[in-house]
Amino acid sequence: MSDTPARPRPLSPHLTIYRLTWTMAMSIVHRITGSALYFGTLLLAWWLVAAATGAKYFDTANAFFGSWIGQLILLGYTWALVHHMLGGIRHFIWDTGRGFGPERQGLARMTLIGSVSISILLWVLALVLRS
Amino acid sequence: MRTPLSRIRGLGAAHHGTEHFWLQRLTAAANVLLLVVLLGIVVTLVGRSHATVIATLSRPLIAVLLVAAVISVAIHMRLGMQIIIEDYVHSEFRKVVLLMLNTFFCWGVGLSCIYAVLKISFGP
Repeated sequence: MSDTPARPRPLSPHLTIYRLTWTMAMSIVHRITGSALYFGTLLLAWWLVAAATGAKYFDTANAFFGSWIGQLILLGYTWALVHHMLGGIRHFIWDTGRGFGPERQGLARMTLIGSVSISILLWVLALVLRS
Repeated sequence: MRTPLSRIRGLGAAHHGTEHFWLQRLTAAANVLLLVVLLGIVVTLVGRSHATVIATLSRPLIAVLLVAAVISVAIHMRLGMQIIIEDYVHSEFRKVVLLMLNTFFCWGVGLSCIYAVLKISFGP
């Protein structure tokens, strides 16, 4: 009994053995965008607190958001927000018991296509309004 | 015999029943509506002066919608991050600590945003 070799317990198959599908990718991206949005709320808090503090401090925050790195972060944040929102709407469709058939691939694809197009639309709108 | 009553008694393994699931969906629905409004506000305020931003954010309807959005988002993100922590952190001690930090973070961000909006609304 005592010389039974200690073998590691079998593990259930994980990510690496499955072929990547659209639904799987979108599920992972839903989590990643959710986490990004989670920490990104610090930016909203900073912007609001800066506005509440005064014009000088607000200009500092605005200068950061206006810089190329700030704009890049905001562009990513816009996309993450829209993508997570569309992913959430997909979850609502699933909650009604629909969308589990072959159409789920199309739904997953639409989430990505929709999030990219809506993000671009929002930025074009912001740029048009600013000028 | 397994009766419907005995099944819901104790409300499952976490003893919270469907509360987590329901609150996640409830805040998700609220977020869709409120964040569309918030996105609209942000899009019109990009690059504007401090005075314009203050004037817009201190309008009652916008301030109330903003505070509602912050509350809904804070609850939603606490629930979402809780799931991620419970999925990936298996050490009981680290899990409990991270769950606490998660709650602190969401309350911290939420309260900061609400304080800022109220301060802007009520003036200096």
